[in-house]
Amino acid sequence: MTMPSEAPKEAFRLSQLIYDTRYRSMTIQIFAMVALMLMLSWLISNTIQNLQALGKDFDFGFLSQPAGYDINQRLVEYSSQSTHGRAALVGILNTILVAFMGCALATVVGVFVGVLRLSKNWIVSRLMAVYVEGFRNVPLLLWIIAIFAVMSESMPQPRAFREGGGASMLFGESVAVTNRGVYIPAPVWGAGSSILIAVFVLSIIAIIAFRRYAAKRQEATGDILPVFWISVGLFFIPSVLFYFILGRPVSLEYPELGGFNFGGGIHLRNSLIALWLALSLYTGAFIAEIVRAGILAVSKGQTEAAFALGLRPNRTMSLIILPQALRVIIPPLISQYLNLTKNSSLAIAVGYMDVRSTLGGITINQTGRELEGMLLLGLFYLLLSLFISWVMNIYNNSKKLKER
Amino acid sequence: MSTQSGNDLSYVRTEMIPEKEPPLAETGIIKWVRENLFAGWMNSLLTLVSLYVIWFIVSHIFPWFANSIWDAGSLTECREVRDARFGSDVSSACFAVISDRWQQLIFGFYPSSGYWRPLAALLVFLAALYPVLFSEAPRKLLLLSAADPFVMFMLLWGGSIWGPIAVAVGFGVGIASYRIALPIVGNLFAIIASVVVPVLYWLFLSGVIASALSSVLPIGLPFVESKDFGGFTLSFIIGISGIILSLPLGILLALGRQSDMLIINKISVAFIEVIRGVPLIVWLFTASLLLNYFLPPGTNFDLMLRVIIMVTLFSAAYIAEVVRGGLAALPRGQYEAADSLGLDYWKAMRLIILPQALKISIPGIVNTFIGLFKDTTLVVFIGLLDPIGLSNAIRASTDWNGVYWELFVFIGLLFFICCFSMGRYSLYLEKKLQREHR
Repeated sequence: MTMPSEAPKEAFRLSQLIYDTRYRSMTIQIFAMVALMLMLSWLISNTIQNLQALGKDFDFGFLSQPAGYDINQRLVEYSSQSTHGRAALVGILNTILVAFMGCALATVVGVFVGVLRLSKNWIVSRLMAVYVEGFRNVPLLLWIIAIFAVMSESMPQPRAFREGGGASMLFGESVAVTNRGVYIPAPVWGAGSSILIAVFVLSIIAIIAFRRYAAKRQEATGDILPVFWISVGLFFIPSVLFYFILGRPVSLEYPELGGFNFGGGIHLRNSLIALWLALSLYTGAFIAEIVRAGILAVSKGQTEAAFALGLRPNRTMSLIILPQALRVIIPPLISQYLNLTKNSSLAIAVGYMDVRSTLGGITINQTGRELEGMLLLGLFYLLLSLFISWVMNIYNNSKKLKER
Repeated sequence: MSTQSGNDLSYVRTEMIPEKEPPLAETGIIKWVRENLFAGWMNSLLTLVSLYVIWFIVSHIFPWFANSIWDAGSLTECREVRDARFGSDVSSACFAVISDRWQQLIFGFYPSSGYWRPLAALLVFLAALYPVLFSEAPRKLLLLSAADPFVMFMLLWGGSIWGPIAVAVGFGVGIASYRIALPIVGNLFAIIASVVVPVLYWLFLSGVIASALSSVLPIGLPFVESKDFGGFTLSFIIGISGIILSLPLGILLALGRQSDMLIINKISVAFIEVIRGVPLIVWLFTASLLLNYFLPPGTNFDLMLRVIIMVTLFSAAYIAEVVRGGLAALPRGQYEAADSLGLDYWKAMRLIILPQALKISIPGIVNTFIGLFKDTTLVVFIGLLDPIGLSNAIRASTDWNGVYWELFVFIGLLFFICCFSMGRYSLYLEKKLQREHR
């Protein structure tokens, strides 16, 4: 009996490209590639033709030309003589500022509301449900312009802050909420303030080092040090001590009413306040749902097991529940941060000068460089999104369940 | 035995004593209040704080609502009515702006003789939705749902009735050419024929047929231009077309991203990440400013259509990510089981994988739809008149200069009703499709 030594070899036939699954995927991919190339070249040739017809070229030189417009909120030096590139940078910093402030406040609001929504207290959980549903189901744009209208229509005018005007400043004459914005005290850095900052940074480092030491010691010996109180002490005592030893180097400059408006202090414009609050409250509602889902995802058996081991409720929360809940919470939280950052482009509704208003707005209108401007704008948002998700993914990987 | 002395059981009660009422603190409303509102000092504090918050909000808003004025021609008239009725220091809502301008907020600048048309289109849409959303409905109705987009287009834009019909016939042509070609040239070429023949038909024949028929039998509705659309009609049109178109596109993108084919995979990934990385508002500006650069010189098409395309692409990328999550959550065994049954790729996807993956991703998909519907408000920035744009226009008129809250409340409430009911439907669907027993 003869055994066939190998499968009969067939000559390659052209029809195999379609009917043989080994080759078909190749065929499909090549077709897709060719179609994509054709489409791209069609788009590019159209663009070149259109640019020629309009007598324009493709050139980023406009970035170094003087911008000629003012920006009312700037974190770096800028005047109307600065270049368009500088204006774009001011816009970028403004976008990052509001995105950062928004992410911070949204996290606080979200965690607070998410935990309270799980409260056994009926009235609190209802109230939080109303907040979450109310903010999630109404467009963000409406919230932004509504909060802007609250700020500019319902707040007292600066002159109402004079004697007998009916309005008064908050927090012991330090914060003024007016219809032109919110005025808060500004820190004034005197001589020796750099030493104070160094002391403060050192005490933060000391707290981190102490916490590591305490954790290590607990793992080795089982003794629990009073970490919280020592941390609080380290946080306040050295800085306060040096503050007085150095003769109060840092003081606050309070806003003061002069003429028809406030002078001094930091002026937070209505556009910033409205955008910041609306973004935070809107995203906070989403984060609250994420936090709630994350806490509910930790099974009740975990709490019971922790209690059975004799852990007290707060340690159960910090050692057992939170680390497991964080694993569920962080990935969707990242995408909420990304959403908030992208939604900050709604600044256009209230005239906040973010990157879309400078680079993607006034610069485009003045130079007529739509193609280049929009390209740079898109690229900026894309890179920012990729950067945020990269950073948060590193954090996520460090918290992820390590399976060995 | 029992008569023995010392063993007398007469002290044992022989009848049951009547049940006593439970203690007052353990029943009814008092127990509930104790357990839910005042259990512990922390809980009581929370209750008091929330009661204060509720009182604060209600005491500020309720008088405003209670004193609202519904019939006036302008804001100054509103103020006069208020001064006469309540006195000048009472806060009072002027909802007269809604009763004066509600047609504009709902229909934009749609000709007022045709207001029944968007309403009829909405009814047609809801009727088409019924068999899709609720599985109790007879399946035959789905055929009618397939015809509905054409009916809705006809109702909304009007024009000759033969245009949409001629386009719809193209789909019939496609199916017919597949049926005819299948026994002659085999499956693959039949599929190719079913795509190519209708495209040729749409390009060369449908226009001729439509114009010929409309010259013979001129039936139709008055034509309405896209720039006349506005208000909630516009939001609904953009939102609904985006929702209908983005779901299949998103599923295809998700399958592409899960695919083993390198090039298909990379194209899908690049498309999804680029779309998701950039805010919708930048895409909308691209649609309004840049699209003319990318198309052959001289082409210029409807801004509303451009917006619908952009919104569709945008939410398709988000849906792709949601569906990808569903695909990844399926156990590997499901894919292998489909393969071992001998199903080819599309059959495996259609019969085994996608029904399960889509079921898992329902909440995410509906959330994306809600987001899309809310995002339709952004079109105001490229010059379309959505409700928010119209509220600005109304405020710009001398009659209603200074009206804010009444318009915001009205617009917000309508959006809330739509989005909230979508969310509730997703909860209902989740519960209905739940196959695990808990």
